[in-house]
Amino acid sequence: MATYSTNEFRGGMKILLDGDPYSIIENEFVKPGKGQAFNRVKVRNLKNGRVLEKTFKSGETVEAADVIDTEMQYIYNDGDFWYFMDPNTYEQVGASKAAVEGAVKYLKEQDTCVVTLWNGEPLLVTPPNFVELLVTQCDPGVRGDTAQGATKPATVETGATVRVPLFIEEGDVLKIDTRTGEYISRANK
Amino acid sequence: MLQRIRAFFMARGVLEVETPLLSRAGNTDPSITSLEVRDGGWLHTSPEFPMKRLLAAGSGDIYQICKVFRGGESGRFHNPEFTLLEWYRLGFDDCRLADEVVALISEVAARRFDVVSVSYRSLFLDALGIDPLRTGVDELQALARSRGIAPDGDMPRDDWLDLLLSHIVTPSFPTDRLTVVTDYPASQAALARLNADGETAARFEIYWGAVELANGYFELTDPVEQRRRVAAEQSARRQRGLPPIRADERFLQAIDHGLPDCAGVALGLDRLLMKVMGAEHIGEVIAFDAGRA
Repeated sequence: MATYSTNEFRGGMKILLDGDPYSIIENEFVKPGKGQAFNRVKVRNLKNGRVLEKTFKSGETVEAADVIDTEMQYIYNDGDFWYFMDPNTYEQVGASKAAVEGAVKYLKEQDTCVVTLWNGEPLLVTPPNFVELLVTQCDPGVRGDTAQGATKPATVETGATVRVPLFIEEGDVLKIDTRTGEYISRANK
Repeated sequence: MLQRIRAFFMARGVLEVETPLLSRAGNTDPSITSLEVRDGGWLHTSPEFPMKRLLAAGSGDIYQICKVFRGGESGRFHNPEFTLLEWYRLGFDDCRLADEVVALISEVAARRFDVVSVSYRSLFLDALGIDPLRTGVDELQALARSRGIAPDGDMPRDDWLDLLLSHIVTPSFPTDRLTVVTDYPASQAALARLNADGETAARFEIYWGAVELANGYFELTDPVEQRRRVAAEQSARRQRGLPPIRADERFLQAIDHGLPDCAGVALGLDRLLMKVMGAEHIGEVIAFDAGRA
């Protein structure tokens, strides 16, 4: 695998530290006028999400981590793994419960997600920014019921719960922002 | 800013000079990367050598405002090409010159400052509870580890001190105060003469908050010691696998001829401007920084 020197460090770069894949968040060059130069770097562990700071001597090299983000289609899950397919090669990978944790309530079959692969193994699944999901259950909204800010809970086809305006009925399709979990609009066809 | 600086020196009878940016000799300091020119020669990392040649030739007090070049230095407070103000005062020692630097900063910023002067040794004793002149590498490394700042691998003792200074000590300076750090360890003397105690050097640095602005010396005039230090730097370069750099013979001959007793200082004008204007990144005070030049 390739190596990077500290003077090539950029935000977003994927490197290997102590066997784990990390993403560089921040890189600061520190040097007292006539002395040794250092790079003080903030990194995120891509396996557990933890952020830590590390100091490198300037000029040190680190191994690049074989981490790539690739678009894959969600096919199905068997309760243990969630399976995704590369639309170009038809290759399938199975993502663990931990990898899909943040995305599972928005996963709809055939949807294209971004799968972060490390050495070919799924680390993290990111759903598309917006998804359209069918409302499978909600109570009819009573006009004038503004006690909860004119919204009510609705269950969608993935099993997730979203707060929606009172006029939404079962059978409606909702457009949801997966980054915030918020209802954006109705998307009935 | 430049007008105020020129007025400051005019009032004190210090002559402005210009020396070459391009020299046949590079800088032997192993911590600094000199940029080589394909046709032969190096871009200077500071005007020190030709300015000392002028002093040895009887120029009297001189100052210079010029661009300098240091490879591989880029960051919030670093640009490979930056502007230095460097000046020399005959008959001054490091203390008197440090006072003058404070006066210049005050005049440029048009304000008064709280100023604290503290020796390198006291600074470490107060901030970290260790004596930088006595503590061994293992203890310095353990301290750095306990603070989460230790890089992997070994480093020479002075590099551990640099790490602790730049990561823990100087960031703790009050942001609006000028701190004069005096009497650096003899191992970090650079071109300053040693103090009588033999353990420390007549070298000072001035910080505005956590930002290093100036580096000054009561200049070394002993030609034997000067040649010894250059040879030691060349040997250190070899040890670290750095490309060899030929020493500046004309500079060394000027020292042989005789440098008058003087103190000299270099001050980073980009950083001074940053602090005066409250800029967060050096790119804000440079027309086109390295990424956009």
